[in-house]
Amino acid sequence: MSARNRELANLIVVGILTALGFASVYIARQDVVSTASLSYAAFFFALYVAAHLVARMTVPWADPYLLPMAGLLTGIGVTEIYRLNPTNAFRQGLWIVVALGAFAATLLVLHRDYRRLESYKYLFGLTAIGLLVLPAVPGLGTSVNGARLWIHFGSLQFQPGELAKVFLIVFLAGYLREKREVLAQGRLKDFGPLLLIWGGAMLVLVETNDLGSALLYFGIFLAMLYVATGRLLYVGLGAGLFVAGAAGVYHLVAHVRDRVTIWLHPWTDHAVYCGINGKMLPRQDCASYQLVKSLYSVAHGNWFGTGLGKGTFETTEGHQLIPYLNTDFIYSALAQELGLVGVAALLLVYMLFVARGFKIAMLADDGFSKLLAVGLTFAFALQTFIIVGGILRLIPLTGITLPFVSYGGSSVVANFVLLAGLLLVSNRANAERR
Amino acid sequence: MNRQIARLALVGLGLVAALIVATTYWQTWATAGLADRQDNEIQRVAQFSIKRGLIRAADGTILATNRRKRVAGQTLYLRRYPQRGLFAHIVGYSTQSRSRSGLEASENDFLTGSNANLKTVLDTTLDRIRGATIKGNDLWLTMRTGAQRLAMEQLAGKCGSVVALDTRTGAVLVMASRPTYDPNLVEKNFSAINNIRSSCSPPAPLLNRATDGLFTPGSTFKVVTASAALDTGKFTPESRFDDPGYCIEYGQKVRNAGNPEAPETFGSVDLTTGLEHSINSVFCNIGKAIGAARILGYAKRYGFYEDPPLETPGNERTPSGLYHRGRLFRPSNPDTQVDPGRLAFGQEALLATPLQMAMVAGGVANRGVVMKPYVVGRVTGPGGGVISRTHPHRLGRAISPRTAQELTSMMVGAVQSGTGTAAQISGIQVAGKTGTAETGVDGRYTSWFICFAPADRPRYAIAVVLENQTGFGGQVSAPIAKAVMQALLAGRSNP
Repeated sequence: MSARNRELANLIVVGILTALGFASVYIARQDVVSTASLSYAAFFFALYVAAHLVARMTVPWADPYLLPMAGLLTGIGVTEIYRLNPTNAFRQGLWIVVALGAFAATLLVLHRDYRRLESYKYLFGLTAIGLLVLPAVPGLGTSVNGARLWIHFGSLQFQPGELAKVFLIVFLAGYLREKREVLAQGRLKDFGPLLLIWGGAMLVLVETNDLGSALLYFGIFLAMLYVATGRLLYVGLGAGLFVAGAAGVYHLVAHVRDRVTIWLHPWTDHAVYCGINGKMLPRQDCASYQLVKSLYSVAHGNWFGTGLGKGTFETTEGHQLIPYLNTDFIYSALAQELGLVGVAALLLVYMLFVARGFKIAMLADDGFSKLLAVGLTFAFALQTFIIVGGILRLIPLTGITLPFVSYGGSSVVANFVLLAGLLLVSNRANAERR
Repeated sequence: MNRQIARLALVGLGLVAALIVATTYWQTWATAGLADRQDNEIQRVAQFSIKRGLIRAADGTILATNRRKRVAGQTLYLRRYPQRGLFAHIVGYSTQSRSRSGLEASENDFLTGSNANLKTVLDTTLDRIRGATIKGNDLWLTMRTGAQRLAMEQLAGKCGSVVALDTRTGAVLVMASRPTYDPNLVEKNFSAINNIRSSCSPPAPLLNRATDGLFTPGSTFKVVTASAALDTGKFTPESRFDDPGYCIEYGQKVRNAGNPEAPETFGSVDLTTGLEHSINSVFCNIGKAIGAARILGYAKRYGFYEDPPLETPGNERTPSGLYHRGRLFRPSNPDTQVDPGRLAFGQEALLATPLQMAMVAGGVANRGVVMKPYVVGRVTGPGGGVISRTHPHRLGRAISPRTAQELTSMMVGAVQSGTGTAAQISGIQVAGKTGTAETGVDGRYTSWFICFAPADRPRYAIAVVLENQTGFGGQVSAPIAKAVMQALLAGRSNP
């Protein structure tokens, strides 16, 4: 079977799974959702088939598993968002249309030779920095949950950091491909850019109050630097600098300090000062409220979960128990309803995606392609780890989206562009191999 | 570069694998611990999707039922208590914001169908697989609605408690506590409960005074002292005492005048008269003669120094005994650490729950054998089949049948011609003992009455306590005990 036919077969399976998800939400919540929900799966299936046709036209030799996996993840995400809030699911559906548009556009524009991008690397780098700084512009940026990550045009909100991530990877792939030999020699002056990026990441962190994004950008940078130079020493140095910088920020920025305290001690037996309302409360009723409630949600799922549509997310009065459920905490909603069996399977899909991504990087035969694929794949893995690891208390919790699953337009668009990038690299590598 | 990529791939895959491990930890290992946490509302709200079992009185009167509510597309079963404050302390409440109390808390496994009974497990698993509503088991209490209502009416406006036990089984028939609260208000209007005022301070309406309220037992404790005196063979009902109006302890006079029930001087009396008229000097001398250790030993046989047994949560029950600075005091050498004379007539930092004193009366009535109190008679499944049935259980023998017989006659005397005449019921012999304990405030007493009837073939044992009274136990508490006893005796033919 050819790669694209295999992709189509996989997409049919994904379509059936999505239909089953919507059907079970419909059965569990008949009086809240309408029969129209059953047609949604058909709608998404049509979308994916359209994306598949574009791929068939532009990247015929590309990996046949990535698009179906992305489809499965978005399907799971949109089903859960639909279960939590049908209106949001409708919006998310629109964003998926936009994202697949961006996906198709990326493929159509770049499928002849994406390596042209290399000559525009500085443009990408500057755009990325511009996007990152955007939320800090007065009047344009919005602070959500203590971190300035959003910009708004009227009622439209957009998180430019998501797209900046992809642009930054393109820049780094180009830059590191060019400089890898001199960097590997380890002359002091070549470390200028490294320090510059380190400073940039710290600046972003201080400016946006966001530990998660800083960790993400810096992690991507170190990973790509290691692949380019093969020097573990740089990774160690970079990590050391990051820790030193983070420690400094920890002392300077109260928001970051709070996050760490919450991470280490989410529960207290005694009342502590609560900055939100100025009262004395146990920490689980104040600062660590979100983390703790989300952990309860995860724990409540147990082995098999409550079943799609049967989870508990509201009080008996109908108030939300967990804030930001369909964005930052969608994993804890899924964990409750699908149980360990369900979310372990979900994480295995992420693992497969990551494995395929690294395989593409191995098969690619030029440095730029390798670095691009590595960057995109590792960004995907690290972002998943930062948000889910935060929910599971492996690291301090920071609000970033779960790729393909969380509610949020910018995230879905950026991740489909990321997917397009991987398909482009894969297509080229496989085509040359034939 | 491929070597680096392979290594980095391991890191990337390792990161996601770590997430699977962490998820496994939270969803299996940590689940039980998190489910028990007080602030875990998810766990509590989730239980509202279970159609909780009903709680009924012995006659089938519904004490706790469910109100269906649709929230965000799910059917929740919220609790409703049709009898309001009548059974509040024993039934308790099940809410989202304030968790659970009473039987709603301690019998939660039955009420939510999560007990290990094979039939329940089968039913709930089938329901779960079919996606049907899980139904809990019903509790059938041993309590008598009529007598309970009467006891609560008798206590209206007062602070106090009434406990009635079936002497032969230990079944709780009445467990009244005032002031009470409406459990329907706990979820949404808790401030209304906080604002309840009464004739005592603090009013503590949520406190189950029957099992968790500690009161100086005063002269009702003389039944325990007399048990020790007779059962050890040191004294007989005919033992003679000379009452000069006081008893000398440690060179000090302990005067009868301190006893509001019997302040006068009686001269030469026997033990029977001593109990009938509640003469302090008689018991003071008994205490000196047999010692504090023996008295406490007999108190323990009646259940002192243990949480009074009942199905309600352990934190709603308190052991009776000597208290020192708010904590249960277990003297290592009672004969030197405890004043035996004052202990003998129920002062000396001695505190007891009404249930404990009802157990004392019940033990004497049941020929010396104390029965284990219980209030859940049986548990039935959603189909009506019996899941579990409580069988009466002997807690232990406190005194010999002969001692019990002698004590019964003496207590009958107390009602016929002593301090407890207000408890007389025509045609029925009542055995009882009054108690009027000083509170430290002049003219304010804790007024007790414990009794059982009929004396020849005992069926019911009752303890009544009233806080902050101006009247003696024989005046204010005995009539309440009488009324409740009459209600129980009248209901005997149709239980």
